[in-house]
Amino acid sequence: MTPGGESGNHDRSARDPRTRVALDRLIPSDVREIEPIVEQVTQHCRVLELSARQCAFNVPVALTEALSNAILRGNQGVREKQVRVRAMVSDSSLVLEVADEGEGFDLDACTEDPTRPENIEREDGRGLFLMRSLMDRVERFDDDERNVVRLTIHRS
Amino acid sequence: MSFSIKKQGEICVVDVEGQLIVGNRQELKQKVLDELEKGEKKFLIDFSQTGYIDSSGLGVLVSLSKKIREQGGELRLANLNDDLKTLFELTKLDTLFQIADTRERALESF
Repeated sequence: MTPGGESGNHDRSARDPRTRVALDRLIPSDVREIEPIVEQVTQHCRVLELSARQCAFNVPVALTEALSNAILRGNQGVREKQVRVRAMVSDSSLVLEVADEGEGFDLDACTEDPTRPENIEREDGRGLFLMRSLMDRVERFDDDERNVVRLTIHRS
Repeated sequence: MSFSIKKQGEICVVDVEGQLIVGNRQELKQKVLDELEKGEKKFLIDFSQTGYIDSSGLGVLVSLSKKIREQGGELRLANLNDDLKTLFELTKLDTLFQIADTRERALESF
């Protein structure tokens, strides 16, 4: 697992036609909503037969980061603003999309290296780094006036 | 998810049950700061019952470590499972914290 796995421009046409939507939920912007959603997605990981580590660690941590960013940054913690969470599964991968009502951000410009000596004692700045370290692909794009972060992990 | 604090000799031992994430990190921070304010100096956080930690949970540990050091105290960690060890290694926080394999070894190290 190395930081900065594939990222950047997304390609919707590349989606596997056998992909099915396993979960599609709208949640209010409240951090208490994170754990139940992550638990539901973890169940799908098990069905997909991702590895134990992917189910118990990579996916929960990366999804928690994406949801946390969407709720606290994208939607600025305004409970009335919604976050859409979608999980798509195929034979080979799990794709998660987290969409908020914010303006979006530049994934590369916002990803800092928290392991640099000057950053190591910072309280924040590890979220995007962890997402990109733990997932095979991280993308950000705008879709229907929503800011979407897409996380992809392949069966290992 | 819950946190409990017990005294073992001079050491405050904190157990983290469940996840340490954005939704509960402030509760852990406040509990430890309350003990620090009461004059406690030595802290051990035991992760034997912890599932996963997110970046905000890591941030709270970094923040607590700084505050405890500023008061002349020490914060040590114990019982990280393999996934949590990976998390600390990825973020290089394994270089910032003293981490013991077991609670007993951590307690002896103070």
